[in-house]
Amino acid sequence: MMLEVKNVTKHFGGLTAVNDVSFDLQEGQILGLIGPNGAGKTTLFNCINSVYPLSGGTVTFRGRQLNGLKTYQVAHLGMARTHQIVRPLNELTVRQNTVVGACFGRHGHTLRAAEKIADEVLDFVGLAARAGMPAGSLNVAQKKRLELARALCAQPYLLLLDEVLAGLNPSEVVNMVAIIRKIRAQGISIIMIEHIMHAIMNLSDRVIVLNYGSLIAQGTPDEVSQNEEVIQAYLGDPDLAERLLEEERA
Amino acid sequence: MKAWRSPGLWIPLVIVVILAAYPALTDKASTRETVFNVLLAIGLASSLNILLGYTGYVSFGHIVFFGLGGYAGFYLIDVLGWNLLPAALVGGAVAGSIALLLGLAILRLRGAYFALATIGILEAMKALVINMDFLGGPTGMELNFQVYKDYGGAGQMLWTVYWAVAAIALIAVFLSFNVKLSKFGLGLMAIREDEDAAEVMGVVAQRAKAYAYVLSAILPGILGTLFFFKQGVIEPGSAFRLHMSIELLVMVMLGGAGTVLGPILGAGVYQVLRVSLLTSDVALLGLRIRDIQLAVAGLLLLLIVLFIPSGAIGWLRSRSNVLRRVLE
Repeated sequence: MMLEVKNVTKHFGGLTAVNDVSFDLQEGQILGLIGPNGAGKTTLFNCINSVYPLSGGTVTFRGRQLNGLKTYQVAHLGMARTHQIVRPLNELTVRQNTVVGACFGRHGHTLRAAEKIADEVLDFVGLAARAGMPAGSLNVAQKKRLELARALCAQPYLLLLDEVLAGLNPSEVVNMVAIIRKIRAQGISIIMIEHIMHAIMNLSDRVIVLNYGSLIAQGTPDEVSQNEEVIQAYLGDPDLAERLLEEERA
Repeated sequence: MKAWRSPGLWIPLVIVVILAAYPALTDKASTRETVFNVLLAIGLASSLNILLGYTGYVSFGHIVFFGLGGYAGFYLIDVLGWNLLPAALVGGAVAGSIALLLGLAILRLRGAYFALATIGILEAMKALVINMDFLGGPTGMELNFQVYKDYGGAGQMLWTVYWAVAAIALIAVFLSFNVKLSKFGLGLMAIREDEDAAEVMGVVAQRAKAYAYVLSAILPGILGTLFFFKQGVIEPGSAFRLHMSIELLVMVMLGGAGTVLGPILGAGVYQVLRVSLLTSDVALLGLRIRDIQLAVAGLLLLLIVLFIPSGAIGWLRSRSNVLRRVLE
């Protein structure tokens, strides 16, 4: 088992951002994490990689319980992530950004070994031509790819992708989806938060749905997209919607 | 070693060597004293740069390590009769050890809070030393002039200390370059750019910052011993000067924080400016203005932050790819 999340809860003062969430991730799978805005998806990521201490529950990563570990310790164990709002190290070059990932990730490579990995990964995500530029000078799509490259350089077992497709144009989305497939083919397990439904339904082996911090559904993409509660969470009450439509027709 | 062939290393080293050799060739005492001040500033500014430039932590009180090292070394020489060299090394070790203890406490703070804490530490150390009778309290300590006889008399001693400071300046530049191009330095720069993102990538920020703080304190500690040995007297007011700390900050920012060459350039330009301002009679409405160099330093700092936050070398590096490869 790659990851076991059991009864994870996170309170911020009186607000329960994540409420008693449990799910598993098998090795080599892609798990889609969806839900309306503010459902607690990114907070759940922050709980999984120990950015936030948990208010309750446990996260077990490859048989090791993560409670109380620092976020860098989780990184050293082989979990890497991207950020929804990109966080490039602006003054450093694109290459240096990825070298940081390789130097301080799972293997803690030496600088020279890290540079080799960085070049391979930059080639893989299609940023090789920009390697020498300051990361701050990239456009949004390139910064998203840099986030991904940095995480990949750590050679993780598990990759947490937080909306790597958001803000990309359709052809960039197609590119990125192909990259994600290739990453999975390398045997890396992935949890991805995404709003672009056709992409997540195509990529995911399983999908879990959060709403107001609680897990409301999980299953294959087909099962989840048929689920009443999920449709309701996204579109509101279907009966009510139908009645409104009829009223309009009348 | 690959590093030796890099122009980023030998350009600054050659500059410092030529600068240090110049007074020996001209053999003029006043030139030596000017260059001494520049070399001292290069050593201090390059050390501060490891914390300020690479790690992104602004220390307004960095001179505290110069003062502490000075006091430690001075005490060993004056009271215990040690030789200058071991005393200076212990001065550096004392500064480094205190930096480690302080760093573990205050490096949890970020941004303005850290900067304020460094001022607090400087003032607290000053108050502490004033209350320590074995260090001479508020009046400080004075060397017996006879001590200089062991170093071939006062005249020869001035040269000895001069060469020692030049050597430390070279070491500081060498250290600065090697930190910048190391894995450790990359971690520091990642912390500077985004500490939280760096931790998510696995950088152990707390440890890296503590090392950087210690590394930036050792050479100022050694320089403190050398400087106050040469002065022959040490007292709290001269050992813990806040304005000297700020002048160091101006030098680093002027030349270019986070570059190897920047602190050297900044130290040189600022010291020359300072000396010319000190020796010229600047008068406003018939009133002679004291410490005009501090007003100029403040103005410079303001202008740099507003218009060229990356400093002279940082600006040059951003202008052309050739310069980016040649200058570090």
